[in-house]
Amino acid sequence: MSRSFSAEIVKLVRRPSCWLLLGIALVTSLTFTYVLPYASIRSGTGGPNSDRTLPMLLPDQLVGNSLGGLPIFLGAIVLIIGVLVVGSEYGWDTWKTVLSQGPSRLEVYAGKVLALAAAALVVVLAVFAVGAVAGTLIAVTESQPVRWPSIDDLLAGVGAGWLIAVTWTMLGVVLAVAMRSVALPVGLGLVWMLAVQNLLAGVAAPLLDWVAQVQKGLPGPNAGSLVAALGAPRDTPGVAVVVGAGQAVLVLAVYLIAFVLLAALLLRRRDIG
Amino acid sequence: MEPSVQTEALSKRYGGRTVVRDLHLIVRPGEVYGFLGPNGAGKTTTLRMLLGLVRPSAGTVRLFGRPPGAGRLADVGALIEGPAFYPYLSGRDNLRVLARHAGVGMDRVALVLDLVHLADRADDRYAGYSLGMKQRLGVAAALLRDPRLLVLDEPTNGLDPAGMADMRQLIRRLGAGGRTVLVASHLLGEVEQICDRVGVIAGGRLVAEGSIAQLRGAVGLWVLADPLDAAVAHARTLVGTERVRVVGGGLELSVAPERAAWLNTELVTAGVAVRELRPRERDLEQVFFDLVEKGTADVA
Ligand SMILES: Nc1ncnc2c1ncn2[C@@H]1O[C@H](COP(=O)(O)OP(=O)(O)OP(=O)(O)O)[C@@H](O)[C@H]1O
Ligand SMILES: [Mg+2]
Repeated sequence: MSRSFSAEIVKLVRRPSCWLLLGIALVTSLTFTYVLPYASIRSGTGGPNSDRTLPMLLPDQLVGNSLGGLPIFLGAIVLIIGVLVVGSEYGWDTWKTVLSQGPSRLEVYAGKVLALAAAALVVVLAVFAVGAVAGTLIAVTESQPVRWPSIDDLLAGVGAGWLIAVTWTMLGVVLAVAMRSVALPVGLGLVWMLAVQNLLAGVAAPLLDWVAQVQKGLPGPNAGSLVAALGAPRDTPGVAVVVGAGQAVLVLAVYLIAFVLLAALLLRRRDIG
Repeated sequence: MEPSVQTEALSKRYGGRTVVRDLHLIVRPGEVYGFLGPNGAGKTTTLRMLLGLVRPSAGTVRLFGRPPGAGRLADVGALIEGPAFYPYLSGRDNLRVLARHAGVGMDRVALVLDLVHLADRADDRYAGYSLGMKQRLGVAAALLRDPRLLVLDEPTNGLDPAGMADMRQLIRRLGAGGRTVLVASHLLGEVEQICDRVGVIAGGRLVAEGSIAQLRGAVGLWVLADPLDAAVAHARTLVGTERVRVVGGGLELSVAPERAAWLNTELVTAGVAVRELRPRERDLEQVFFDLVEKGTADVA
């Protein structure tokens, strides 16, 4: 398995699209969490929603600010990474090339899951790092004190972010294995992340009580609740307290395990090519 | 010795179509075995089942006595239905990634690149390779583990004539060192040149198996002589009635070609003028077509 892990890491690191996705994740995160709110504060033209005040952009808010994107847009990006890592082996027909070198399917799969977990952690840490730099710059510019969250809060934040990111990544993996391709899983994954989740939360749940109940069992609202509990700004799409943080962690962990097992099962059983 | 490859009653159905049926295949250690069949005969499907990529609908596969798919696939290298690599990596880096998967040393990479004459372009991106270069990289990947069993599906696909000759020579050389090579091809000439033994597959079934000489079938002598009647009568007394057939003004004799001189003397002594006397070989291509037709007709 360590062989497959190291091979998968090389493939990930050498793949330009992975870096592109990381770049997009950081730029979006930076833009919506720091640049635009700060610009609005500076110009004093607080829009209709001027909840974002200067204290919210300072380093002590790092945890919440870094996690805010994970329920939706950062989630969508790591989902794409998951699809790419597994789906491309179908798209390029490289499963047979890899498997002819001897490893079993599950061995390669385990290598991919571990490599993706590492990639998800890198994305989360990078978002934290960029946020730390942005927050510090703003604090210094505005002559505000530079105070950091406690180590415990930081670790909890990174841990929660990692859990959410890995869960979305594995959703991408399940879709890729189920559809044995890249394009359709990416498309459907994004439709779910960006459209259906919002429609459920914004339109259906307020109308129908049973939808609101079902929401409590879906990964998106649980991710949203978890990051909200850790201080993510409530005006970020997908961030809302639907369930308690403890339950959210549990539900996400169950989804994560279910995704990992389901993809393994499908991959093991079905023909390749 | 244990066969390198052994299948028993191997079958594969896709939907309602049986594309490989009841295949009993034995490839012995050290031989270069040709798996010959027309497009769609089921060659690639069979090879995929050998490697555990496709699950058989029925029957079993054993490589060196062990079923594939039970743990690591040991001692096998394969190129199945065309090369497939990561387009964003160079040829060399592709092989390095595969070497990690295989758990072999990076020194093998340069070695196999040399074997397939790809060393000078090895650092270019795979996406920019020509068809023939991709094919060579595919063969290089199959050799990465220095396997005891080499499975090559249409190995000369996309190569130019010089490249083809090169590749055939390489395969012969690889097969000479006690390695087992299983080559699938629809090219009769290719199989004839490189294989010790051939299995012909058509309509998913093995319709014939043997050496090229055996596949050509019974050879004999072809005789043109005057007068024909006397020649026929005399030949029948010499070799037996059932061994003589009159075809298009000549005689086909089912006897060993080495008996030509003896037969000539006998006929001439009996007052028959022999105009032409030569070994009769069945045209291999015709043999192939006949076999394939028979195989496909049986299925239909
Ligand atoms: N995944 C699949 N689903 C449905 N049918 C398939 C599948 N794979 C192969 N077949 C069918 O199985 C038959 C045999 O295909 P196969 O690729 O094994 O032939 P082949 O002998 O390798 O031919 P060629 O010389 O063209 O490579 C074909 O009719 C093909 O359409
Ligand atoms: Mg084929």
